[in-house]
Amino acid sequence: MQPQELIPHLFKTEYRKIISVLCKLFGIEHIEIAEDIVSDTFLLASETWGQKGLPNNPTAWLYAVSKNKTIDFLKHNKIFNEKITIELKNSSVVSGEIEIDLSEKNINDSQLQMMFAICNPVISVQDQICLSLNILCGFGAEEIADAFLTNKDAIYKRMSRAKDKLRVAKIPIELPGQSEINNRLETVLTTLYLLFSEGYYSSSQNTTLRKDLCLEAMRLNLLLVENAHTNTPESNALLSLMCFHSSRYDARTNENGQLILYEEQDEKLWNRELIQRGEYYLNESAQGKNVSKFHLEATIGWWHTHKEDTHEKWENILQLYNRLLQIEYSPVTALNRTYALAKANSVNEAIVEAEKLQLTNNHFYFALLGELYRSIDKKISKSHFLTALSLAKSVGDKQTIQRKLSQFES
Amino acid sequence: MNEFVMIFRNNSTGNDQPPSPEEMQARMKLWQDWMGNIAAQNKLVSSGNRLASEGRVIKSNNVITNGPYVEMKEAIGGYIMVRANSIDEAAELSKGCPILKMGGNVEIRTVIPMN
Repeated sequence: MQPQELIPHLFKTEYRKIISVLCKLFGIEHIEIAEDIVSDTFLLASETWGQKGLPNNPTAWLYAVSKNKTIDFLKHNKIFNEKITIELKNSSVVSGEIEIDLSEKNINDSQLQMMFAICNPVISVQDQICLSLNILCGFGAEEIADAFLTNKDAIYKRMSRAKDKLRVAKIPIELPGQSEINNRLETVLTTLYLLFSEGYYSSSQNTTLRKDLCLEAMRLNLLLVENAHTNTPESNALLSLMCFHSSRYDARTNENGQLILYEEQDEKLWNRELIQRGEYYLNESAQGKNVSKFHLEATIGWWHTHKEDTHEKWENILQLYNRLLQIEYSPVTALNRTYALAKANSVNEAIVEAEKLQLTNNHFYFALLGELYRSIDKKISKSHFLTALSLAKSVGDKQTIQRKLSQFES
Repeated sequence: MNEFVMIFRNNSTGNDQPPSPEEMQARMKLWQDWMGNIAAQNKLVSSGNRLASEGRVIKSNNVITNGPYVEMKEAIGGYIMVRANSIDEAAELSKGCPILKMGGNVEIRTVIPMN
């Protein structure tokens, strides 16, 4: 790593760890104090290291300085002293000295507990994703704004409103009890799922950032799987799904950042290791009685790791989509299911069903109709692709449809 | 959108030859594909239940008899719930229901909304 990348790198990996430990210590109502302490620590690091050179162990330096700053803060802040410090002293240490535990175990535990605090239905799902990116993943407002295609101020406002809500609701930073954990875990998993999708399907042109979002979602999911209380079949199913999807990450864009459709991908570029990890977690998820939407999607993902177009593959995918739609409808699922219907049963049957969907403001809907009509009626097919083009918003989607249209000329 | 119940009646006399495993598999696919068609339009409210042919009928004099109380071939085999703008639209959804291919029928009833 180049020296000039050190602070951004440490910010990415260490900010979230220290924040979680301090938040856990202070309670969510004092999240801003934790943020100030960690920001000050990084500022001091950049100044000190700039002048005197790097310490032997920069991470240990950050931990030590943030610890000292915290103790200092607790000593000098009267209100805090009266209200919080007494409680902390009573609960944690005998010596009267505040303990700030930055061990790997406490960092992981604190991050996991923070995950449950942030992924709480008192704030909207978008807010949950936003705060997760900031507090659990160490993303700055600018990066988050870039991923959501909005501006920095909007993200600041959103985050500050969300933190206010968590503060007012006095959300505890802890793992829910074993009886409640499955219920709460569903919210956490849904947020991680959306965080991953944001990276995988986002229309942002920043491909490095998008890949980071996917990796972060997987890292947080891994924390869940590595803890005995949250290592549920659903957690494993979601992680498996993410592994299968991301195995195609490098194969699905060309050197110009343009999307390569599944059928056109070079399967030699699929990441075998991730596919194997996905299979491992899929096996781990096959426990208990409940088949969740993550199980169904992960199994569909597994079939897609087999490039070959067999009847068996598409029949299985169709049946999985049939079940998925019965659990939860979404336009994307309906469209994918209709494509599988064409592959498993017949194009004519799929056209009849596709025309009933009437998703007439969705460009993927017309792209699907265009695809289905291709072998039946070129004129109708082309007109559907043209409608799709007029509805598509992102550059990437437009390019993909343009390529489909150009095939009519040759 | 209103909700409707689709009630399936088989036309079985109870003496039919049991279907082969392949036929059963094929029937299962027909049902799943048909329900998938409805769900893809976001019109499936509940995938409902299948009902066993065995039953009891309790009459007002507390006499319990083996049911079903109607002709076997009119027995209710199952139901699902759908949503649609009108009962005609709901009737349209029932086209392609596999029970029709087996000589059975579908009855559609409007669910009376509570509010």
